[in-house]
Amino acid sequence: MKRAAAAVAALTAALTLTACGGDEDGAIHVFAAASLTEAFTEIGEDFERANPDASVVFSFAGSSTLAAQIGEGAPADVFASADAATMDTVVGDGHASEAETFARNRLVIAVPEGNPDGIAGLGDLAGPGLRVAVCAHAVPCGAASQTALEAAGVELTPATYETDVKATLAKLTLGEVDAALVYRSDVQADRDGVDAVAFAEADAAVNDYRVAVLTEAANPDAAEAFVAHLGSEAALETLTAEGFRTP
Amino acid sequence: MTAPAAPTDRRRGPHRRRIPVALLVPALLGLAFLVLPLLGLLLRAPWSTMPERLTEPGVLAALWLSLRTATAATVLSLVLGIPLAWLLARVDFRGRSLVRALVTVPLVLPPVVGGVALLLVFGRSGPVGSRLDEAFGITLPFSTAGVVMAMTFVAMPFLVVSVEGALRGADVRFEEAAATLGAGRWTVFTRVTLPLIAPGIAAGTVLCWARALGEFGATITFAGNFPGRTRTMPLAVYLALETDLEAAIVLSLILLAVSVIVLASLRDRWTAAP
Amino acid sequence: MSAASEGLDSHLVVDRGAFRLDLELRAAAGETVALLGPNGAGKTTALRALAGLEALSEGHIALDGRDLDRPGSRRWTAPEHRGIGVVFQDYLLFPHLNALDNVAFGPRRRGLGRSAARARAAAQLDRVGLGELAKRRTRQLSGGQAQRVALARALALDPGLLLLDEPLAALDARTRLDTRAELHRHLSDHPGAAVLVTHDPVDALMLADRLIVVEEGRAVQEGDAESITARPRTDYVARLVGLNLYRGRAEGHRLRLDSGGELAVADPLDGEAFAAFRPSAVALHPRRPEGSPRNAWPATVTGVHRHGDNLRVQLDGRLHAVADVTPAAAAQLGLGPGQRVWAAVKAAEIRAYPA
Repeated sequence: MKRAAAAVAALTAALTLTACGGDEDGAIHVFAAASLTEAFTEIGEDFERANPDASVVFSFAGSSTLAAQIGEGAPADVFASADAATMDTVVGDGHASEAETFARNRLVIAVPEGNPDGIAGLGDLAGPGLRVAVCAHAVPCGAASQTALEAAGVELTPATYETDVKATLAKLTLGEVDAALVYRSDVQADRDGVDAVAFAEADAAVNDYRVAVLTEAANPDAAEAFVAHLGSEAALETLTAEGFRTP
Repeated sequence: MTAPAAPTDRRRGPHRRRIPVALLVPALLGLAFLVLPLLGLLLRAPWSTMPERLTEPGVLAALWLSLRTATAATVLSLVLGIPLAWLLARVDFRGRSLVRALVTVPLVLPPVVGGVALLLVFGRSGPVGSRLDEAFGITLPFSTAGVVMAMTFVAMPFLVVSVEGALRGADVRFEEAAATLGAGRWTVFTRVTLPLIAPGIAAGTVLCWARALGEFGATITFAGNFPGRTRTMPLAVYLALETDLEAAIVLSLILLAVSVIVLASLRDRWTAAP
Repeated sequence: MSAASEGLDSHLVVDRGAFRLDLELRAAAGETVALLGPNGAGKTTALRALAGLEALSEGHIALDGRDLDRPGSRRWTAPEHRGIGVVFQDYLLFPHLNALDNVAFGPRRRGLGRSAARARAAAQLDRVGLGELAKRRTRQLSGGQAQRVALARALALDPGLLLLDEPLAALDARTRLDTRAELHRHLSDHPGAAVLVTHDPVDALMLADRLIVVEEGRAVQEGDAESITARPRTDYVARLVGLNLYRGRAEGHRLRLDSGGELAVADPLDGEAFAAFRPSAVALHPRRPEGSPRNAWPATVTGVHRHGDNLRVQLDGRLHAVADVTPAAAAQLGLGPGQRVWAAVKAAEIRAYPA
């Protein structure tokens, strides 16, 4: 009985400890918006090549989710958000002192390859029988979509308000919708089977991607180095290739 | 009044024996582990602004949709799941253990993956979905029916597992007795088997309904998120989390309160029955 | 000819590899036949085969001239269409129904409306004297009451054949006496055939018109109560009816026992034979008895226990036997395990009959 209890305790400890391993290893923990997945993964590898001592660990999720986690004390060194508003709340709560814009993203209309419905602009989305997926208002891409639609004066009833931009695009790649309002960078990343239709009103809703070193960073120097690296020639090139605009 | 030395200790008797510490300590730890997060929600809840938050139109719509769809999914699970459980418990066929394992797949599968799988079959370009669309003009994704399907997919295994267990535990000799009294297999099933396993069905129904009510991943993947049509309470909670933690807490508490009230009142009804 | 087709005519063969039941069983309308045998003899299997809960491997079951199971010609009637009433060992009253609805269950399945079925069930419950307990849940019934409800339920369909599986086994001694008498009355009133399975010889003797003793799937002895109690043919039956039984070869007044030794018997006969005597016919002496008894042998006491007003003594020796002695005689002999005594039986007390 005692031996069994000890074994259970040891096993539990082993499993839990390995799960949170790497806390003290000097890695840079970067919390980044989901839309940065492809670009940051590549930039991170590049950074590690340039700095053999450093290692970067990413956690990709919706900007608001990450902000909430930071608010609850998650161990992060760097935060990169997909919009200014989310970063403002993090700065406002004192988790970061200053943030800088390192990339911009524009909305596009994602359509199946070859654009079978011949969509040319936002106005076409309200057409009868057309199924459209957009992001929910609560997340940055949804807020941007709403701004753009209002600028275009288009009344759109989408089939669904998805919780993040990746899910929105997934509905298109799965063939369940005819069009989706997503970021240019997402279409770039999801190269197969999807075309992007640019539209003028996207200018009204450009997203500023901001990055900041967090005040609670365990590794502030390395974090600063990573943020500085985002301005490097190689990083800018990667961001552009993934469909972002650089400031 | 001096206590007599005779054994008149009121704590005597089989029910008054000391509870072993080895059971009590983990039991209390387990209870604390389950209850503390709930306490966290209650402590952080914005009680002062509760009334106006409760009456926001989106909240009631999501709650009503959740109750309707979870109930519909439970009914659907009962209609399909009880016969399936019967088949697994009472009919000896080749590959039965494989079928039993397949039934529990949705328990293991991450619900989001379940939602994708549903899309691949019942979606617009899926083999079933495309035919439904052609033949009847029915499209399931992004519809309330899609919500019910997603919920049924993840919740029905709970019912099947409970009912199958009850069927295995039930004495088949009652069914034999019914047969000698002139009851055919269907009559035996409805008049004897079902009443005998009623407690197991009740337990399975509760699990199934509760699981359906809390369903998130498969729902948002298969049915999407549209207010009043597919935005159930868990989806509303998730979206609220993106902007307003307090709103998310309020929504969670409403969902909890309603489910506790429903289940408690049903349990009273069941146990009141002789 | 029509008389031959009334009632049950069956040859029950159920082959389960290690175990094989092979039993011819007939019961005329109005007759009660008891299957008596030890546990595992195949009695319950026979009953299940008759009820249709188990299929025959060979043989046949015909009731009132109608084939219910005949594997040879691929005929099979499902249990629900057999019209056979069964009283199960632990009654199996449906726990979710009250007594009345348990009894009405059969009539309902026969197509009677709810109220007609209940009226019929109420009449049936009255007949077993439980009219006032109609609304009771089955778990609120005593053992004896449950037994009577089970009987009423089985009889509610006027079955051509009534099967009873250990109908009194679950009852305590006191209830058993009353219930047995009442069951006897109902069996006498029942116009169809009845087959009763029991391991209790008293139940079998009191309730049945005819007994079939079953051992290891076969009938080893068949007859009315009198012939079976007087002339047991297996150790099992002898033990049941409380007799010492030996088998051997008879030559006039002498019977050479298969187990060795011989017995002097009063009635002369020749050939394979049984010899039986009552335990009370055995006299015990501290030393070799003088005079008349020709059957006397030295024996060792292996056990003594109470048996009614007397003591029953287990004897080991040339002949294994049990003897009944009065407590006074036992005290005089100072009986106890290991004690050496002489046992004696008068030839006139021994009944010998052909095997």
